[in-house]
Amino acid sequence: MSIVAALSGITKRYPGVVALDAVSLEFHAGEVHVLLGENGAGKSTLVSVLAGMQQPDEGTVIIGGNPLRIASPRHSIQLGIGTVFQRPSLVLSLTVIENLMLGGSWLRRLARAAALRRFRELATLLGTHLDPDAPLAGLSLGEQQQVEIMRALWRDAKLLLLDEPTSMLTPQGVADLGRMMRNLRDRGVALILITHKLGEAYEFGDRISVLRLGKVAGGIDPEALVAMEESGRTATIIRLMFGLEAGEAATTAGGHAAELAILLGRKIHGPAVVDRSQPPVLRVREASTRAEFAETPLRKVSFELWSSEVLGIAGVDGNGQKHLAEMIAGQRAVHGGALELGGIDITQGGVPERRGRGVRYVTDDRLGEGTVGALPVATNLVLKEVGAPPWWHHGITDWAAIHAHARVLIERNDIRTPSALTPAGKLSGGNVQKVLLARELDAEARVAILNKPTHGLDLHNQRLALDRIGTAAARGVALLVISTDLDELIEISDRIGVMFGGRLAGIVDNDAGAIDRVRRLMTGAGAT
Amino acid sequence: MGGLLTEPFLVSLLYGAVTAGMPLLLAGLGEQMSEKAGVLNIGLEGMMLVGAYTGFVAAYHSGSFWLGYLAGGLGGMLTALIVLLLCIRRGLNQIVIGIAITVGAEGLTSLLHYVQFSRSYPRLAAAPVLALPLLRDVPVLGRGLFSHNLLVYLAVALVFALSWMYRSTYLGLSLEAAGNQPAALDAAGVDVVHTRSLAVLCTGFLAGLGGAYLANVGAGIFVPFMTGGAGVIGIVLAMLARGRPLMVMVGAALFGASLAMTTALQVAGIDIPTDVVQMLPFAVVMAVLVVFGRHSMLPSALGTPYTRGER
Repeated sequence: MSIVAALSGITKRYPGVVALDAVSLEFHAGEVHVLLGENGAGKSTLVSVLAGMQQPDEGTVIIGGNPLRIASPRHSIQLGIGTVFQRPSLVLSLTVIENLMLGGSWLRRLARAAALRRFRELATLLGTHLDPDAPLAGLSLGEQQQVEIMRALWRDAKLLLLDEPTSMLTPQGVADLGRMMRNLRDRGVALILITHKLGEAYEFGDRISVLRLGKVAGGIDPEALVAMEESGRTATIIRLMFGLEAGEAATTAGGHAAELAILLGRKIHGPAVVDRSQPPVLRVREASTRAEFAETPLRKVSFELWSSEVLGIAGVDGNGQKHLAEMIAGQRAVHGGALELGGIDITQGGVPERRGRGVRYVTDDRLGEGTVGALPVATNLVLKEVGAPPWWHHGITDWAAIHAHARVLIERNDIRTPSALTPAGKLSGGNVQKVLLARELDAEARVAILNKPTHGLDLHNQRLALDRIGTAAARGVALLVISTDLDELIEISDRIGVMFGGRLAGIVDNDAGAIDRVRRLMTGAGAT
Repeated sequence: MGGLLTEPFLVSLLYGAVTAGMPLLLAGLGEQMSEKAGVLNIGLEGMMLVGAYTGFVAAYHSGSFWLGYLAGGLGGMLTALIVLLLCIRRGLNQIVIGIAITVGAEGLTSLLHYVQFSRSYPRLAAAPVLALPLLRDVPVLGRGLFSHNLLVYLAVALVFALSWMYRSTYLGLSLEAAGNQPAALDAAGVDVVHTRSLAVLCTGFLAGLGGAYLANVGAGIFVPFMTGGAGVIGIVLAMLARGRPLMVMVGAALFGASLAMTTALQVAGIDIPTDVVQMLPFAVVMAVLVVFGRHSMLPSALGTPYTRGER
């Protein structure tokens, strides 16, 4: 098939890092080209170069046979490249159609009628049903994603870049996205899909390339991809991702690959070790929270959680999950209803009291709420015990104790940081999450709430985080794991609860038919 | 208090409200454009002061009020260039630079005025008045609202022109996006730096124009430090107006009226200490902030520099 765009020897350096190192790739019309790689492998930099956000230090982009440099986002759009960025790039205060009209010539009046015609054209092509005059802030994340794709296609893109488009989507949203990608592919558009999920790569991809440390480590072309079994694909990809093929000494890269292979093979959470004849550790009875602007409050949520149990919480983002997590952690007041921990009423207690009783919380807002980026890793590891012994005595900090404690945790949890004194904000997302998990899943933890514990992590770090969760459960910790990734919940949970409109729509046992029942509950239908 | 409803008091109050409100209206409309685009322009006061000075000097030497307005606008625009270069292009802190601009403008205009005029304060002739036909014969309102310099009517027209521009043009959308989600604007192929630069230069021009009106029409002389907080009130007006030019005009009229109260009360012969009356506008600022401040709904990227590709 014809080549829509190609990269030739693209190199991009940042201070101290070579983000892209002589990368050459070809993108074919009517093909979904999946890019895989760990965090920091250079995938997003590659998108930035094609989108005109960054200029490469060396090499050229070849489009329609002409070598050129993409000088700006506008230039990229003019060349027929559409980009759906990893971060949302829409204006929430504008309507759908206004967002799509952005970018016209300043002195002209808004050409609304023409824009609506184009909107209907794209809506038919993509099979979406959006109201062009709906304010963007009122749309679900999946719908916002559809608007992003429309924006990327607005000026007849021949090459569509999708940078981790599924990370915020529900299973239904992912299925819709897949249908749209197939529609576009059949119309001859070249698509580049960046994802961390191997399942999506196999389901949507025609060709797979793997990036490692800024270089193209290799790939699987369409013929080979069709011919291979899934296990063969996965083995090839892991080998490429961690570079055993290049004959490197089995240092870090080899260790990573071996570790990941073990993690992928391991059953995270064994079945039926939960002893329900004992009283539950946590009992939540008809608990509600107060509504706040743009947030869904809890409405009479009741459930019980046993020691060693993993209760997964599924649901479309924004159905009260955050309130649920914060309420149990003690960060949000309970309005009606009661919480009991080990038979003791804790409805009124705040964070310090609940923490003292063994309640732990890993937030989804790792850098905002979970850590203080400017403070060293060591301080972040005792962040929730500031002022308390053994780290503080009468208001005086015992730095020696804090640093010794930090070194132990860094070692034990394999936190990759230059030192205990490095600011937490400098660590990669996976390592920040290791800091949080090390801090929260400590020896005194009895109940832990984890809000989207793998969100934004690459495959390796995702498996590590899930493994930690399994280990904690085996130790007797009762865990509440909130996630929008249903596959993940199916893998680790004993039971799965579904949040819908601030209510716990139902809890199902995680057995063979669980996934269908959970999906039904997620749409607001009954559990039957 | 029978003096309050007499014609001289009401005419004086309305006329004074327009005269005092004009600089606030122009500066507030300017600030609003910057804030829409995500730039918090704290140096508004400095831009007004420079505009007042350059506007006065031009009008004094040429004898033309229109050249005075033009020079005032350009003076303000030149001052805004500092914000453009340091805050928008280099990403320096907008609050620090804004304060520096105001303090610097106070010193610079005082110095230049002293060098040129020593300690004398020359006066301009009264500004030409265009009394609108028919409307000027309406009792009270005719003399209070419809007998002003041409610039006043143009400023009112500008309010509606800006409302239309924000609502119905690509420029309006671009400004809104630059203030709320600059990355989205960038992704749509519009240069965020250019958009914000345009907004800041317009702010400078309007603030300078307001300053020139204050010196040439409102006072007829230039005195160092003469803006006396007008720029600060302009910033408050823009913040409370929720991006609507019409609300800036309502606010400017309210503050203008409270500023005009001093003269009007003297005209009516009511004896209230001037210190109390002069405090009024600032008491109004506080009261307004307490009542409406919670709902100001500022653009989400206000005050944040934009660098392409940065998180």
